[in-house]
Amino acid sequence: MSIAVRAEHLAKAYQIGVGGERRAAYSTLRDQIAAAFAAPLRTFGRRAKPRTETIWALDDVSFEIRHGETVGIIGRNGAGKSTLLKVLSRITEPTRGRATIYGRVGSLLEVGTGFHPELTGRENIFLNGAILGMHRSEIVRNFDEIVAFAEVEKFIDTPVKYYSSGMYVRLAFAVAAHLEPEILIVDEVLAVGDVRFQKKCLNKMQDVGQDGRTVLFVSHSMSAITRLCSRAILLDHGTVLADGPSHQVASAYLSSGQGTSAVRTWEPASAPGGQVARLRSVCVRNEQLEISDVMDIRQPVYVDLEYEVLQGGRLLLPHFHVHNEEGTRIFTALDLDPQWRRRPRPAGRYISRAQIPGNLLSEGMLSIHPCMLSLSPNQEEFSVPEAVAFQVVDSHDGDSARGDWVGRLGGVVRPMLTWTTPVSPDQGPP
Amino acid sequence: MSIAETQHKRLVEADERPERRAIVIQPTSGWAGLGLRGLWEFRELLYFLVWRDVKVRYKQTVLGASWAILQPLLTMVVFNVFFHRLAKVPSEGDIPYEIFSYAGLLPWQYFSTAVASSSNSLLNSAALIRKVYFPRISVPVASALGGLVDFCFAFLVLLGMMVWFRVVPTPAILLLPIFMLLAIATVVGIGLWLSALSVQYRDVRYIVPFLVQFWLFATPVVYPSSLISEPWRTIYGLNPMVGVVEGFRWALLGTNPPSAAIFVSALVTATLLLTGMLFFQRTERKFADIL
Repeated sequence: MSIAVRAEHLAKAYQIGVGGERRAAYSTLRDQIAAAFAAPLRTFGRRAKPRTETIWALDDVSFEIRHGETVGIIGRNGAGKSTLLKVLSRITEPTRGRATIYGRVGSLLEVGTGFHPELTGRENIFLNGAILGMHRSEIVRNFDEIVAFAEVEKFIDTPVKYYSSGMYVRLAFAVAAHLEPEILIVDEVLAVGDVRFQKKCLNKMQDVGQDGRTVLFVSHSMSAITRLCSRAILLDHGTVLADGPSHQVASAYLSSGQGTSAVRTWEPASAPGGQVARLRSVCVRNEQLEISDVMDIRQPVYVDLEYEVLQGGRLLLPHFHVHNEEGTRIFTALDLDPQWRRRPRPAGRYISRAQIPGNLLSEGMLSIHPCMLSLSPNQEEFSVPEAVAFQVVDSHDGDSARGDWVGRLGGVVRPMLTWTTPVSPDQGPP
Repeated sequence: MSIAETQHKRLVEADERPERRAIVIQPTSGWAGLGLRGLWEFRELLYFLVWRDVKVRYKQTVLGASWAILQPLLTMVVFNVFFHRLAKVPSEGDIPYEIFSYAGLLPWQYFSTAVASSSNSLLNSAALIRKVYFPRISVPVASALGGLVDFCFAFLVLLGMMVWFRVVPTPAILLLPIFMLLAIATVVGIGLWLSALSVQYRDVRYIVPFLVQFWLFATPVVYPSSLISEPWRTIYGLNPMVGVVEGFRWALLGTNPPSAAIFVSALVTATLLLTGMLFFQRTERKFADIL
């Protein structure tokens, strides 16, 4: 397939002032006049800026994206993700390097930029569409679909300042989603809106990706990245740290954050939880009880929750949820240890360990969401979504639930079932 | 056809699409042209930005669009009382001072409001500029054009006044659009300069009101330009609005035609516009980083 986006040694520098603000380049006339008096010889040259420091938000970034690819861009805050999208959307110029884009670009870096609160929904659709680069005829053609997608039919002639934030976001996303660009650049816009609408947006973007169009997508949600994107690029301090299949890069990212994605620990001061109990660490271990973020599909997986009970005498119920990369909850496991059922726990440090049997989980990235409930009255003590994550892999040895099948195999679980053949020609009719 | 086949077919089709237009993104240095191409490509955006400005301007005001008429009308009354009645500033010829000053106020009010809104337009659109790509030049140009709608309303009042005061326009009225174009070009030129400067120097926001105020007195709005004597007349012509206001009065009220200084005015305007575009395009690339 042909190239859609080619980035060659892209670099972007920002001047950072002493206060750490990005707008050091902004100055008042007074500063300039003062500088002119202070350094008459330098007046016509570049202003001396001893108080600023150069930060490379992007530093020698190169990659190629083909038409029809859906690529996720991940990385910590300040890794350069947004700067990269801004450069590719032509909002800001690179300091060095070059990017070539083949095709019409639509970028959605923030939901609702350009909406005017005094204008009605209808008027804003036209205004926002024009701002995003749509032609009037395109907007007219897609108008009904946009309104239906945003679910604001009844309020289409109401000024958007009277909209709820949900309606506002829905309308804004709907306009952008119908932009029909060949290359769609999307920054973390799905962090807003209710869950149901987020799903709808994700589906819409998936449609765009399957349409043979190119999507570049920045997100902090690994499940959204692995679900939407076939490929991911991991940025760190402005450089490309990893580039490859999204599930691999996603797990590399999770590992780069805390050494490995399979364990996470908290200092007492920052430990999640309240007066009763606090979570101190979570980890996943393989059959040999080694901490690992890659698990053999045939082997059991152990999940350890380490917590501190600060207020003794309560009935506690440690538990966790397991989610797959689509964000679907596969199951919830409650602590069944007979030793501590219906028995108040004294203060102190505990580790509760659960064994997930082998040949149950499906291949892919799974995350653990540890929780603690104190009973009667029931109260949630802590709850940490996506605390740890691990990859379940099948080595295709023929003794897993996939047998000799090497193709794609769906499903949220993959139990090993016992199969018999009560009837076959070999034995004759029963 | 199996899914794989469909997929393949689509891939092949995608490959056979006509040559895509390649956009090259790289650091530019030096002068970057006038930006007319971008302005033309995004002409629909320009239209919608003007439309938005007009739509929003009088929202949630009791009097609504009547303000477009009331502003110049009330200013005319104030000028009439203070400059004509108290300060004894004369009109030109036998034209009533009311219509004399109103005819000057028309282009002047367009000029002053459009310069102010155009100069501040980039700062007011900062959120948009930081998040969406479009030719930045659309913003100050749209602000400069947005004032024309008010101008048209106020112009209707002028026509009414001409009937009331029985002023017959001269054939020169056909030249009116040319004077208006001169005014628009001046506004765009100044707007481009000041809005581009305002991104870097917020001082512009405070300079503009003074600038406009001084400019009013350097323009024959409240007084006839015949009050200015010759050695100064030529320098006076450096102010493009002199030619515009004189031209308006000549075309509508049949006063003295603008002097040859109008050509100096046109030259000044052309220079402002051209340098404004060049300067704007040159600084444009830094807007998103500084705003």
